[in-house]
Amino acid sequence: MRPDLDLVAGWVPRSARVLDLGCGDGALLEHLARERGCETLGIDLDGDALDASIARGVPVVQADIDRGLPDLGDDSFDLVVLSQTLQATHRPALVLREMMRVGRRAVVSFPNFGHWRLRAGLVLGGRMPSSRVLPDSWHETRNIHLCTLRDFEELAGAERMRIAERVLLGLDGRPRDGTSTRRRPNLLAAGAAYLLECDGRGA
Amino acid sequence: MAAATTGPGSLGLVETRTVTLFTRERPLALDSGATLGPVEVAYETYGTLDAAGANCVFVCHALTGDAHAAGHHGDPTRPGWWDTLIGPRKPVDTDRYYVVCANLLGGCTGTTGPSSTDPATGRQYGLRFPLFTVADLVRVHRALLAHLGVERPLAAIGGSVGGMQVLQWAIDHPQELRSGIAVCATARLSAQNIAFSAVAREAILTDPDFCGGDYYDGPSRPDRGLALARRIAHITYLSEESMRQKFGRRIQDAGAPRMGFDVDFEVESYLRHQGETFLRRFDANSYLYLSRVMDYFDPFGDPAVLARLHAIETRFLAVSFDTDWRFDTAHSREIVRRLAAARVPVSFREIASPHGHDSFLLELPAYHRTVAAFLERQAAQAGVA
Repeated sequence: MRPDLDLVAGWVPRSARVLDLGCGDGALLEHLARERGCETLGIDLDGDALDASIARGVPVVQADIDRGLPDLGDDSFDLVVLSQTLQATHRPALVLREMMRVGRRAVVSFPNFGHWRLRAGLVLGGRMPSSRVLPDSWHETRNIHLCTLRDFEELAGAERMRIAERVLLGLDGRPRDGTSTRRRPNLLAAGAAYLLECDGRGA
Repeated sequence: MAAATTGPGSLGLVETRTVTLFTRERPLALDSGATLGPVEVAYETYGTLDAAGANCVFVCHALTGDAHAAGHHGDPTRPGWWDTLIGPRKPVDTDRYYVVCANLLGGCTGTTGPSSTDPATGRQYGLRFPLFTVADLVRVHRALLAHLGVERPLAAIGGSVGGMQVLQWAIDHPQELRSGIAVCATARLSAQNIAFSAVAREAILTDPDFCGGDYYDGPSRPDRGLALARRIAHITYLSEESMRQKFGRRIQDAGAPRMGFDVDFEVESYLRHQGETFLRRFDANSYLYLSRVMDYFDPFGDPAVLARLHAIETRFLAVSFDTDWRFDTAHSREIVRRLAAARVPVSFREIASPHGHDSFLLELPAYHRTVAAFLERQAAQAGVA
């Protein structure tokens, strides 16, 4: 399993109901169902991802999260996961709003476009930056809504989401909490994973 | 992966058998309160039931299907209606699963229906055959499985009305089916669906040879009405795109249009042929009954059903096709929405196919991969070798 998914798994209580938006091959949900007794549902758009999840025994529904989650009721999940997918959505604010509608808490992880390497690529190279996390060239990438940690935190605040926890990630996707990274996260973290709660509703 | 893989094969020669599941003394009790007996059921089985009785896949057929789902009856070029999906090393793999398919109650290919003899009168039932529901169809399926020694099917699978039976089965017996696959199904017909069915039935009902359903002893049958009903329905099974690809505006006999009211375009000829060949294998009264069953199907419209959905232990797979306008993706999504809300494990995939509603009968790799992956997983879960 990807290291950032390991991290997400650590935030999931036993027997929780978990929705994973852009669940890919279903590895996280399979892990949560098997190891933590979770009741899970995945959403993805890609046919091969759906088949891979189905083959793992992970219930998965084909849907486009940019159209919201009209088939899911309010508060029907304990936790909604959006892992490395936010930057590929057309309507990030809508997606976040829907996450807080159908779930009590949300986990969001994404690559930080404020990372110094990406900044340097643009400033010094004069080209749209690319990295291991964002490998595709500008015209081919599915990542159309890139943001920095600061950008995301501003949007989360505007959407009345409270940041319960934040874990900074290194280029390898593992937690990176050196002193310098903690001091300048927006410059030194390659990404982050957030545990969010709806403001005013409590955990 | 194995060095040498063997491709999918055919079941070869298969046969339809018949069993009497209900008698006059021990009749079938229908939803309506009416009873029916005797009830004979025509069915086919492929593969072998394993020692644990855990590998049975029950196949529910659609409006005009029959028990002959796969293999052939002597002519290999004329296989069963779901031979694309069922057979050795196919998604419903008869080397692994014990597959059962039965002609529906009210049908006309071996199972008791309106063309059967009413023991009370010695004449064919005709319209005196009792109205029945999708739940009644499932009652008969379950009686057949009891006869065959299957307590807990690994899966029930069906397309269109077949999928409705799968859904009803899980609702009525929430702990019985390990899994259910509903392909291009619906939980309730739309007004447009009912409208098409109503016009098709009216073609039969207004045929002068229909004689109130008592045409069996007469000199002729309501062939014009039944053929017209089939043509109307058939239009809804194809997509606009597939019709354009298949026929376009081509003229039947290559030459110039004849400019009259006879069959001129290829599509007209095709529909006429569809109607005519249908007459050889279907009974007008059966068509009326089985199409009417669909109109009344609305399990989620019943609050009592909604209240007990959460008890369903069946794992579901719903599949739709993007050009199906008979039961489009919204119909499948509604099933998924209701099941997910009741916390029933459900997966859903929409398959891209130009072939409309009929796609479920065709060999589409993405569709077959999904069905195979789902079944495979259920089999592993149930400990099927």
